[in-house]
Amino acid sequence: MVLPINNDHQRFRKIVKGKIREDLRKFLSRDELIGREGKKFISIPVHGIESPYFRYGDNDDGGVGKGDGQPGDTVGQPGEQGPGGDQEGRHILEVDISLDELADILGEDLQLPRIQPKGKHNITSERDRYTGIRQTGPESLRHFKRTFRRALRRQIMSGLYNPDRPKITFERCDKIYRSWKTVLSPQSNAVIIYMMDVSGSMGDEQKELVRLEAFWIDAWLRRNYQGIESRYIVHDVRAGEVDRETFFHIREDGGTRISSAYKLAHDVITRNYSPSEWNIYLFHFSDGDNSSESDSRECCSLLTDQLIPSLNMFGYCQVASAYGSGNFINVLHELMDKEEAVITSRVNTKDDIYDSLKTFFTPGR
Amino acid sequence: MNQPLTKAIAEQVEIIAEHARREGLDFYPTIFEMLTAEQMSEFAAYGGFPKRYPHWRFGMSFEKLRKQHKYGLGKIYEMVINNNPCYAYLLNDNLPVDHKTVIAHVYGHCDFFKNNYWFSQTNRRMMDEMANHATRIRRFSERHGMERVERYIDTVLSLENLIDPHSVFMRRDHEEAPPGQAISKDPSAPTRYPAKSYMDRYINPPDQLRSEREEIQDRQTKARVSFPSSPVRDILLFLLHNAPLEDWEADVLAMIREEAYYFAPQGQTKIMNEGWASYWHSTMMTKYILQADELIDYCDHHSGTLATSPGQLNPYKLGIELLRDIEYRWNTGRYGPEFDACEDMEARRNWGKDKAPKHRVVGQDSPGRKKIFEVRALYNDVNFLDEYLTPEFVDQQKLYHYRQDPQTGRMVVVNRDFATIKRQMLFMLTNHAQPFLYVLDGNYRNRGELYLGHRHTGADLEIKYAVATLKELHRIWKRPVHLHARIDEDHILFSFDGEQSTQQHVDEIIDKPSHMV
Repeated sequence: MVLPINNDHQRFRKIVKGKIREDLRKFLSRDELIGREGKKFISIPVHGIESPYFRYGDNDDGGVGKGDGQPGDTVGQPGEQGPGGDQEGRHILEVDISLDELADILGEDLQLPRIQPKGKHNITSERDRYTGIRQTGPESLRHFKRTFRRALRRQIMSGLYNPDRPKITFERCDKIYRSWKTVLSPQSNAVIIYMMDVSGSMGDEQKELVRLEAFWIDAWLRRNYQGIESRYIVHDVRAGEVDRETFFHIREDGGTRISSAYKLAHDVITRNYSPSEWNIYLFHFSDGDNSSESDSRECCSLLTDQLIPSLNMFGYCQVASAYGSGNFINVLHELMDKEEAVITSRVNTKDDIYDSLKTFFTPGR
Repeated sequence: MNQPLTKAIAEQVEIIAEHARREGLDFYPTIFEMLTAEQMSEFAAYGGFPKRYPHWRFGMSFEKLRKQHKYGLGKIYEMVINNNPCYAYLLNDNLPVDHKTVIAHVYGHCDFFKNNYWFSQTNRRMMDEMANHATRIRRFSERHGMERVERYIDTVLSLENLIDPHSVFMRRDHEEAPPGQAISKDPSAPTRYPAKSYMDRYINPPDQLRSEREEIQDRQTKARVSFPSSPVRDILLFLLHNAPLEDWEADVLAMIREEAYYFAPQGQTKIMNEGWASYWHSTMMTKYILQADELIDYCDHHSGTLATSPGQLNPYKLGIELLRDIEYRWNTGRYGPEFDACEDMEARRNWGKDKAPKHRVVGQDSPGRKKIFEVRALYNDVNFLDEYLTPEFVDQQKLYHYRQDPQTGRMVVVNRDFATIKRQMLFMLTNHAQPFLYVLDGNYRNRGELYLGHRHTGADLEIKYAVATLKELHRIWKRPVHLHARIDEDHILFSFDGEQSTQQHVDEIIDKPSHMV
């Protein structure tokens, strides 16, 4: 049943989403979201929704309470407002929103760059979705429940219905059919390979940042592009392929040899994803503290000779590290400057995540 | 849409109404409807009315209420609308004993609505009025655009509390001034005291008379040229009459103002109204209605309604206890000038015991019961507490004054001093804890600017909110707006000229408004 309040509620949700859009940067840095799935609801505080009005400031004089206690005893929770009347929670509003909705908001100004029509499918595919009902249609699409209900109603109204011998016969006017709408959805074969540095030089904070960034890339892509495959690689001195769950939760230690991951990525690509059939995106997250200069150079030659020719884009995201030199990004800049497919970004704090996403996914590149 | 009452409940409604009448309650016809939790949340979001104008604010309360219900944090047991007939809603997943309690409680409210003086000026056809408002605002939305109308409503809602709840009781002089008064009476006559002719020179010194006449004339000239002629507290009315509004904008403003006035008495009598209704559900349930097998559930839910959490005052609890206290005091002779003047706590405790009659009258015909009926007719929360809060009551109810400890940031009990507690409670209730604001000048600096003043009654305005609200005010007034407020002992003038918010010390400003508060 549609209540009149639903319109007001929809309107309110729309305003809330507008507010979230303004404060997106802040929401992207909330690490408890990691590993959530799209339909789950999360509760986020939204500021500045309620209209301002003339009111008293925080009352230094306190208030009146009831109960036991000697002077000096604590009442209630620290920081809790006194009896400010019946207007609870007027400063901050907590709103439930699903991860999908957040990803939608995030995705409004982002786009997967350089995507090409590849593979067997067209770049757009038609899909039929059953979204409505109508009074005519093929029998195979008859909506049994609705038809039955209408027939029952008709029979009760016309007095033909006998509760002792319930027998419902459908007539033409009872029948309701499903109807469909054809939706065009862009579809391309694309694979995203995430590589993450889990070496010892990455502190907990760095790992957190890297995870967050990878998480949002993943959440956004999954929400906005159909037919995307994801592969996850973690590495220290050796690289290994893991599943999504492990990727977002793994904790490891060890040295760093970036080339190991690149080799593995190349391996994965050559075995499974032919560049003529697939759009291939490679993301690498690290603190840039490679074990040796020579390995960094090897990485670059791996990229230039083997990986980049088959890639749409190579994204490198470097987090600031307390220990490491963070030199890898410089090596990349130095040697790969001319490669358009290489995009780098630095993330020093959680606030940078949004900008970093924008760097990677600016539309029209 | 609403489910009909089941036969059993409809019967209970009749029975309980009969009990209520027998106890002396007097109410408009009351219509009960059964709602699902979802519908209840909807009606509650709409302030109890089935139809309100479209606005996201209602959607926001709806989300809050629905979530509260879903997580079991709060359940709206009952809702009743001050209207003739009264409408009341029951929640369909309640137990039968809850329904009975709610019905009894509702009759308490209905009696209060009908008989309390502060409700006497409210529109008893508000149900229809609200629906009319909804239709009109929908029509405006269609004609002028939903977002435009919504934005405008946002603005008006920011100013919603700028009304004068007492103004509905005022009969202004000029409405009744007899014609020709101006001729028969010297308008600037100074005060003359009666005196024998030989004393007149001394009792009414001519110099004094002359200076007083000049003063009066000065004041009158000033009143004639100043606008408004005296400070105006009903700021919404002032805007309605004087702001450059389009017709539809004026209409929306008038509607929201009307609704604010309709809801004002409910804010003014929260403690009394809930106390009165709780008093009656408790009295009737325990006296007539309750079945043995319902006792536990009744006690559980009744005590839940009256429970007080630390740092909060429950209006239900405070109201019912204070009413019971009044009833007890009037039944035992603990009132009157002698009792009030008595400071010996021991004597107060044993008041009247020596001359107590053997069989004291209690219940319906007792002086105490008569007294609380009188109280429910004449008082609002402020004068109710002002007059009937006693040191014994504060002690008995274990009330304390608390405030934030500046070192730890925790709320701590300060003391249990009667005077402090009473002052604190009255402050919280006065003007429904809303600041007093006045229009001091509607033509400030002779440039059509609006000058508001805050009458400081012990607490400062919240600056951030005030600055934001001024911006909203400017959307209506469309000329620069100013607010004079006292913040930390300094008099500050907050201004917004359409582009910039500014603050300056009032002392540094040469132009003075027409009035001061």
